[in-house]
Amino acid sequence: MAVYDKRLISKLERKANLIRQHVVRMIYLAGSGHPGGSLSAVEVIVALYFHVMNIDPKKPDWPNRDRFILSKGHGCPTWYATLAEKGYIPVEELDTLRKLGSRLQGHPDMRACPGVEASTGSEGQGLSMGVGMALAARLDRKLYHVYVMIGDGELDCGQTWEAAMAASHFHVDNLTAIVDRNMLQLDGPTAHIMSVEPLADKWKAFGWHVTEIDGHNFKEILRALEKSKDVKGRPNLIIAHTVKGKGVSYMEGAVSFHGKAPNKEEYEQAMEELGGKP
Amino acid sequence: MNLKDFKLESQREYWAKALVELGRKRKDIVVLSADLSSSVKTSLFAKDFPERHFNVGIAEQNMMSIAAGLAACGKTAFASTFAAFGTGRVYDQIRQSIAYPKLNVKIIATHAGITVGGDGATHQIVEDLALMRALPNMTVIVPADAPETYRAIKAVADYIGPVYVRMGRANIPTITNSKGKFKIGKATVLRDGDDVSLIGTGIMVSRCLLAAEELKKHKISARVIDLSTIKPIDTKTIVKAARETGGVVTAEEHSSIVGMGSAVAMCLVENAHVPMKRVGIPDVFGQSGDSDELMETYGLTAENIIEAAHDVLGRKGR
Repeated sequence: MAVYDKRLISKLERKANLIRQHVVRMIYLAGSGHPGGSLSAVEVIVALYFHVMNIDPKKPDWPNRDRFILSKGHGCPTWYATLAEKGYIPVEELDTLRKLGSRLQGHPDMRACPGVEASTGSEGQGLSMGVGMALAARLDRKLYHVYVMIGDGELDCGQTWEAAMAASHFHVDNLTAIVDRNMLQLDGPTAHIMSVEPLADKWKAFGWHVTEIDGHNFKEILRALEKSKDVKGRPNLIIAHTVKGKGVSYMEGAVSFHGKAPNKEEYEQAMEELGGKP
Repeated sequence: MNLKDFKLESQREYWAKALVELGRKRKDIVVLSADLSSSVKTSLFAKDFPERHFNVGIAEQNMMSIAAGLAACGKTAFASTFAAFGTGRVYDQIRQSIAYPKLNVKIIATHAGITVGGDGATHQIVEDLALMRALPNMTVIVPADAPETYRAIKAVADYIGPVYVRMGRANIPTITNSKGKFKIGKATVLRDGDDVSLIGTGIMVSRCLLAAEELKKHKISARVIDLSTIKPIDTKTIVKAARETGGVVTAEEHSSIVGMGSAVAMCLVENAHVPMKRVGIPDVFGQSGDSDELMETYGLTAENIIEAAHDVLGRKGR
């Protein structure tokens, strides 16, 4: 079992906190957006960009780079903030989210923002795109790995399971999907809207290697992501158990903050809780 | 001259021939099928290049988004299925995964329109051109015969960006040849004329030629235009024809309210006010039947075009 340097973990934790502040501020300034599913995804995306992925922000089109797709496109404030902290775009640009002419569209536009690998927003399509990218790597004998984050709401989509079958059928092993299992979707708890359990068993039955982790614990995230590169002959799924709205007390587990911006008071409270300046 | 004088050839065979030739030359060409590879003829590519052919089963949504992923990594992806399943069933996947990011995916649709025949309305899509025309970034091509299909596929492979190519199931009259380059966005004047313009697309171009021959007997000189690119539309050739002949008839094996005819009407209303008549499938679903019977039932014969031409001629100069 890998042992992670305490300094690495605390560096990632500080980064995650900073990104949460960006996210809350961006959505507050935009006046709309999806804070809940952005905040639940922070640690996994930070771990990928600041430790796991083989990338170069100065060369966003480098052919051998690892790819990340945010299939749950509504969580893009976290992606944009991570790309900014990583140096793909200026941090000041984050304030333009959802504004006219911005590269930071309400849902990711791969033609607008450097580092955005796929246009998503209509749910359920990202895993298929990831399968295509992974197959392209195999054809070109390139060693890059493809990471796709899917929301647990996207498990309702038939296409997610079409992609799950295809990845397994084509023995795609340079692909890791991460389910942001925050248990909530727009209309309510996932268990009430559409039952998806037993989730791990379903993916195992589809031929995937499955790991379950605490999606806010960097040690568990890093261990699972690194282990997934060693699995041969089949795709990897990481079920990251997360809390929707993580980090902001009144957003945690609150369905109402799936797709709503905080008001001024709420914004100020959130920044105070995150130790940032409003 | 009548239909029997034409050599009938399969667009699907020519498309597959072009695809295999492309596959031999270009390693970036990949092909996706959805359990119809023997019907859409991608099986021929699969035989020669199995590692570059992906059959995803009856999962067209997955096929379109996988094609997008391949294209995002530098591949030229050809995704092929029946027109009904390659447009309506996957409109959102085409819209988000392919057209919006302008990825290099070619949707090659066979079995379009009512000439599908016996399979009936579920398989006879008559509104696919409307769906594909409506998408920003999408190029829409309907070759008139088998040789033009071959040339169009070669041109489509050289073009970077999303393209929809529509063809039928039936063997159709050969009216062009395999020589020369297909120019995307350029209509071809197949026959000159001064009295009326007959603008056809797909199988209906051959019917336009028959109609022109028949009209000649009545001293009416009809220009025949093969409008093989529906989008971007060749406004110049259409407007020139309208101005020089003073009347336009369009003919398509597609719903007449949302297809090529309406695209031409939009072009004329803004540029050249001449009498016009659209020959196409009325606003109804198809049904099972022999393809020739269906063409008669839904008004897609040379006689229907001649009738429309007379209507237009009667309204000219009023």
